[in-house]
Amino acid sequence: MARDGGVTWRRTEKIDRFNLSATDTAEEVHVLAVDDSLVDRKVIERLLRISSCKVTAVDSGIRALQFLGLDEEKNSNGFNDLKVDLIITDYCMPGMTGYELLKKVKESSVFREIPVVIMSSENVLARIDRCLEEGAEDFIVKPVKLSDVKRIKDYTTREFRVGEEERTRKGTNKRKQRDSFDLSSSSPPSILSSSPVLSSSSSPESQSPSPSPPSIPSASSAPSSPSPIDSPTRRVKTTSSE
Amino acid sequence: MEVGQMQRRLVDYTKTLFMEGFLDAQFLQLQQLQDESNPDFVVEVVSLFFDDSEKLLNDLSMALDQPNVDFKKVDAHVHQLKGSSSSIGAQRVKNACIAFRNFCEEQNIDATLRCLQQVKHEYYLVKNKLETLLRLEQQIVAAGGSIPATEMGF
Repeated sequence: MARDGGVTWRRTEKIDRFNLSATDTAEEVHVLAVDDSLVDRKVIERLLRISSCKVTAVDSGIRALQFLGLDEEKNSNGFNDLKVDLIITDYCMPGMTGYELLKKVKESSVFREIPVVIMSSENVLARIDRCLEEGAEDFIVKPVKLSDVKRIKDYTTREFRVGEEERTRKGTNKRKQRDSFDLSSSSPPSILSSSPVLSSSSSPESQSPSPSPPSIPSASSAPSSPSPIDSPTRRVKTTSSE
Repeated sequence: MEVGQMQRRLVDYTKTLFMEGFLDAQFLQLQQLQDESNPDFVVEVVSLFFDDSEKLLNDLSMALDQPNVDFKKVDAHVHQLKGSSSSIGAQRVKNACIAFRNFCEEQNIDATLRCLQQVKHEYYLVKNKLETLLRLEQQIVAAGGSIPATEMGF
């Protein structure tokens, strides 16, 4: 299938491209998008840009790791100022899957606090569970829509990140509890459709109650996003601590 | 034909494509991503889809032509085609791919060959229709008009 050769811009160009003022780089969210499909990369890139994000799109998990500086060969620290605020990755990719990429990111002391979102065309509960267990922030069933991107952008807000760091430190992050996020976002329909949650594979003891959910400032804007009648299969994590 | 007429024709044509199931809501989403700063977004994505699909259909034909068909490989190609058709809203192609994958699982050579024909058929249909739609848009823009937003009442 058609490929564009991987990273959308060369490393040499980076120096010129990023002669931005401090305010530019500080304010814009930088998303690393990983997808082997050229069509999907084009769409996700546009969705992110229209949502005021900076985007770096790569076609494989390996390239994503290279970009982050996490691959074995090139441990380049020169790109630390190109801070990645969010990683969004396809699940099914040849070579390294999105799940494997997720694990590598979460195993890294430097990068594990970066929220990772998984995308997949398949709404497989076991797969979703596994990703959330491994620390994925969210799981989006493709095709990705603007409302999905608006939602995941919330994961990069400062309040969320602070809460995230605390939970990671305390080790309470393994199991995501997302009821409150979802209740505050426009997702009553997806709660109804999430009855399969009962087949969750994780054991109760791995789940620790999280501290009160961080207030997400943009949650108040959530009602303005279209209700997810177009994503009824998005899985909602509800607590099962009984 | 004056611009207003062309615009009405485009709106009607687009609605038909939705009614007949060729396109679904995801195509609307793509249209919403197009604006003055990205006036060719839809054309670009659709072109990528055409290139991608034609290569995949070739690969599929070859894979199914082998004496010992590697159904995993066939399934992988169909999976990709299903993904990209879903991403642009080519609903009938996507549905044909779903059926195709079921038969891949069964490793049913006759059924998968029929599926390939079906997918090809749906692909060429939607290709034709998208090209017509995009041409209508182009004519409107060339005549100095703007492309009316697709409003679906359903």
